Amino acid sequence: MEVVQRYIYSDTELDRTESEAIEALKENSQQPIPDPDRWLDEELERNILLTSLDTILDWARRSSLWPAICFPACCAFELIAANASRFDLSRFGMEILRASPRQADLMITAGTLTWKMAPQVKRIYDQMAEPKWVIAMGACGISGGIFRSSYNVVPGYNRIVPVDVYVPGCPPRPEALIHGIRMLQNKIAKEHTNIKLSPL
Amino acid sequence: MTVSLSAWDVANQIKEQFPDAVSEINDQAILVRSESLFEVAQYLKNRPELNFDYLNYISAVDYFDYFELVYQLISINHNHSLILKTRCYGRDNPTLPSLVSLWRGADFQEREIYDLIGITFKGHPNLKRIVLWDGFQGHPLRKDYL
Amino acid sequence: MMAIKTEPFVLNIGPVHPSTHGVFRMRATLDGEVIVNLEPVFGYLHRGIEKLAEERTYTGIIPLTDRLDYLASMSNNLAYVLAVEKLAGISIPERAEYLRVIIAELQRIASHLIAVGAFLNDCGAFFTPFLYMFREREKIVDLFEMLSGQRLLYNYMRIGGFTQDIPDEFLPALDKFVKQMPSFIDEYDYLLKENEILLARAKGVGILPKELAINISASGPVLRASGVKWDIRKVDPYSIYDRFEFDIPTGTAGDCYDRYRVRVEEMRQSLRIIRQAMEQLPAGPIRSEVPHLVRPPAGEAYGHIEAPKGELGFYLVSDNSIAPYRCHIRAPSLLNLTALRDMMIGWKIQDAIIIFGSIDITMGEVDR
Repeated sequence: MEVVQRYIYSDTELDRTESEAIEALKENSQQPIPDPDRWLDEELERNILLTSLDTILDWARRSSLWPAICFPACCAFELIAANASRFDLSRFGMEILRASPRQADLMITAGTLTWKMAPQVKRIYDQMAEPKWVIAMGACGISGGIFRSSYNVVPGYNRIVPVDVYVPGCPPRPEALIHGIRMLQNKIAKEHTNIKLSPL
Repeated sequence: MTVSLSAWDVANQIKEQFPDAVSEINDQAILVRSESLFEVAQYLKNRPELNFDYLNYISAVDYFDYFELVYQLISINHNHSLILKTRCYGRDNPTLPSLVSLWRGADFQEREIYDLIGITFKGHPNLKRIVLWDGFQGHPLRKDYL
Repeated sequence: MMAIKTEPFVLNIGPVHPSTHGVFRMRATLDGEVIVNLEPVFGYLHRGIEKLAEERTYTGIIPLTDRLDYLASMSNNLAYVLAVEKLAGISIPERAEYLRVIIAELQRIASHLIAVGAFLNDCGAFFTPFLYMFREREKIVDLFEMLSGQRLLYNYMRIGGFTQDIPDEFLPALDKFVKQMPSFIDEYDYLLKENEILLARAKGVGILPKELAINISASGPVLRASGVKWDIRKVDPYSIYDRFEFDIPTGTAGDCYDRYRVRVEEMRQSLRIIRQAMEQLPAGPIRSEVPHLVRPPAGEAYGHIEAPKGELGFYLVSDNSIAPYRCHIRAPSLLNLTALRDMMIGWKIQDAIIIFGSIDITMGEVDR
């Protein structure tokens, strides 16, 4: 039986490759490698930012607003549309709707509030951790809207909870809601945080 | 096409069984006395030629002197329909027999009428306010509600 | 083995709960995980639409009807204007009849997309199917926005026709949508129809027997999934539905899976109707000569349609004034919930969520 010997590289080729590698490394290693700390210093200088505590807290808070679930009626679907892929609310750091009010810091009141529902909304608001904000979405949330004269409708969420931003429309378009959220973010950016640090 | 049965024909059939039950007939509806509402409804449901097995809706209208209740009955097998009406006098404590034992679809609708118009349905298994809360004063769908 | 003594406890689900599709509340009594009793509690969105309707003109009620079932505003408008037209004896032009059919069927697809998406969401496929369905729904919303300028509550129909004629770009866009949509429905079927998890969770769960479904006045997909071939478009054709060919999909078992299948098949049938209506759409006026203040003769009328959720009807009583004397709304969502207790008893709490999701209700319509 004949054994066929296959060589991928000839000996001469292997020798030439080796000598090329040596030459290349020698070429590149004429100078000592600089001390790692030196480039770290430069990086630190570029990355450290001096700011006030207010600014940094406001920045953190406004960039991760998590809304609580409190969607009584029609506007909820424009809110969900704003959350869905087309309008993509998560661009503004708030894609997560929290079912538990304790994990949320923004209440978007999407829909008509009735007197039967009012205690529950008040309770959700009370359960939310400070700091917290409220956006009244839609005509019903602002004033009761088309149902204002009804016997069971609360004329505006501001009878129950303090409202920061009002977004008009029946229902507001997702763009309007996003604009309202941007306005709230601008409002938060100007807030003054009063933090008492314990002495060292 | 759902055929609206002639109220006159059906009324004649009812009269054979319950001579005093029907108080008024017009082209669209049969008006029965509230005392015999349950018996008439039971008869309409169980008689094979009529076989009204589907209670489409119940509505109540406040006419100041009386409350008028409208029941639209449908037979799924025969695809025909009939409007049955009854009147209930007195504004303080109007009472009617409940039809929940015949059609369970009446359950929430009767509770709603009890809540918003204030008619008590005798024999309803769970008669309490449905959309408003227990302490709510008055019945909003009455015409004299402020 | 020693028997463990358990005692039932009450769990309150809602009114603010991500799976209750609005502000619905269920007071469930549980033995371990199993539901032994359940009482639905309504009224958290009761806005008194029936009372408000008594102080508005006939045209002024149309915006109120939008807000009943806010996922199917066009259908609500249609049911209401049909009732008023019946009451006042108004006939509408051919073109408007065809447009009404096209719009009502588009609205049915939009509503079923949400229903199916939310149902799958309840099954545990958190938000992914919902985003797929929303992608398609946005296209229908765009079409409606061309017509009415609104995205959710359209207020487009009027007594005797429409507010305005369709814009030129509507029909090409509709044509594109109707051509695209079947492949999307096929895609959902490919992903979901024989999905193991969906079958395990939905098949045989929450059975509504045929007799009970009729007895509780259920309607729409809930009734049809229980095997009753009852669709108002066929049994009592309103508008011009008798001119179109379509089938009524029905289920056999009456379980959650059948309700889901019936909705998906209905979407295909709706597309069939839209295609036929687009071919036959005539030119002409879109509104008949109706005075701004409609004053129907004294009397009463009941107008009903097959809305996405079931039979939506308006019972109107007129006293020959500009406002109705009484406006009663037959809300399919409310009546479909009558058997909720029967469907849920004996099932575990996690099944309760999908049984509820499969009924597909809108709170605006339940409470009114």
